[in-house]
Amino acid sequence: MSDAAALDVKDIVAGYGGGPVLDGLSISVRAGTITAVLGANGAGKTTLLRTISGFVRPRRGRIEVGGANLARRRPEEIARAGVAHVPEGQGVITELTIEENLRLGALIRPSADRAAALAGTYERFPLLSDRRGQLAGTLSGGERQILVIARALMAAPQVLLLDEPSLGLAPRIVAQIMTLVRQLRDDSGLTVLLVEQNARSALGIADRGIVLNLGKIAADEDAADLAADVSLRRHYLGF
Amino acid sequence: MQEFVQFTLGGVSVGMIYAAIALSLVLIWRGTRILNYSQGGMAMFSAYVALIVINHTGNYWLGFAAALASGLVLGAALERVVVRPVANKPALNAVIVTIGLLILIEGVAGILYGGQFRSFPPAFSITGIKIGSFALGVSWNDVFIAVAVLAAALVLAAVFRYTAVGLRMRATAFSPSVARLLGVRIGRVLTLGWALAGLFGALAGVLVSPSTFLYPNSMDSIFVLGFTAAVIGGLESPAGAIAGGVILGVLLNYVGGYLGSDLVLLFGLVILVLVLMVRPSGLFSTTATRQV
Repeated sequence: MSDAAALDVKDIVAGYGGGPVLDGLSISVRAGTITAVLGANGAGKTTLLRTISGFVRPRRGRIEVGGANLARRRPEEIARAGVAHVPEGQGVITELTIEENLRLGALIRPSADRAAALAGTYERFPLLSDRRGQLAGTLSGGERQILVIARALMAAPQVLLLDEPSLGLAPRIVAQIMTLVRQLRDDSGLTVLLVEQNARSALGIADRGIVLNLGKIAADEDAADLAADVSLRRHYLGF
Repeated sequence: MQEFVQFTLGGVSVGMIYAAIALSLVLIWRGTRILNYSQGGMAMFSAYVALIVINHTGNYWLGFAAALASGLVLGAALERVVVRPVANKPALNAVIVTIGLLILIEGVAGILYGGQFRSFPPAFSITGIKIGSFALGVSWNDVFIAVAVLAAALVLAAVFRYTAVGLRMRATAFSPSVARLLGVRIGRVLTLGWALAGLFGALAGVLVSPSTFLYPNSMDSIFVLGFTAAVIGGLESPAGAIAGGVILGVLLNYVGGYLGSDLVLLFGLVILVLVLMVRPSGLFSTTATRQV
């Protein structure tokens, strides 16, 4: 684990017309770590991810990945620069097969690397391998979540943005997904920005925790300290 | 019996022309949710390009190739210049723009080439094929029409299924925002969709013009029937477009053969209205309308 930031968000102001949802927000995500972004509905968590991945254009500020400023670029160019965003509500393309969904994830890589990426994914996720020819619409909610994470990894991203991966899933499945994310960090040094309502699960695997409140940072601490801070938990995290 | 075989085979041939138009409409609809009312005009324009090249060189195939190339270029250019600016505006804007394009293209064709009916050469013989004394009611040119559209459609299907470009096109059609998240430059994909639509329209224009003559409005009724074929097929599905074209072609050939050719366009419109009323998502749809 190095000290270098894989993702640096600096003084971002962004929103949807009207007042800003994110108001001068700065966060730094160290390479090879998991940073959990927590907070109530409307705190700006999803807007933060949508701004990083280019679907919301910031009015001000910088978003740096690998030294390049990605702020105000188009989503497809930001994806090509190494930011993989797994959106809330998943984003499996149900009309395509599981294999086609996965292949789609690797299309920004040189064609010589794609077959190896696919083979590696099937090795890691036997479930997807067994059902590669089936339409992705036949998968259950938890299986779809695994597919979208696997698909995001096919691009060999610098940073993985995960938006509410636990949404609508049974506790047992949530635990599996969180374990998977932790393994990806431990085994491959993946850098993850994890947005979650489920603060307890997220802090269980995160290195750092950031609490958002009304578009501003209410806390930015080591995950363990955050989880131990009883008043903060009661105030913002509800556990 | 002989009549029935003749009407059926002839219907398949003309149906493949509707299928080509339907396919061009589906290609654009899937990617952009725009119904391209100027598709017939674009096809007509490419047919003029073919006719000029044929008249200058005396070579049908050079004209054929020129028409396809002009269809590709025209489709891509129109998407970039005229359609892109209305892409994320209310749906009515795109409707007005493509109807305006139709009027513009037909007007320009009238200025450049005049309004008179021009005869257009067929690729092959138009005398009917006979097996012994049994007349099939179709010519080698009709066979060529069916084979050409089918071959083009099969190539398209293979591109969709087996290539990276095809995967990008399908992903963009099904879920443009997810495609962008995965780094698909959907602007290029949409341009390519319009280019391919232009190509299929041009193919239809060249194939149909020997039997309709060529003039600035010559593709208007073909467009309506091609649209009907696309609706029968569900407007989303390339395979449905082909099936819809063949079904419509055969049905209308029975109408023309047994009841009289004056009724063909009327019946085409009746079928269009019926399908839209009874099964607006097409005859082959198995799923409910997608929620947007």
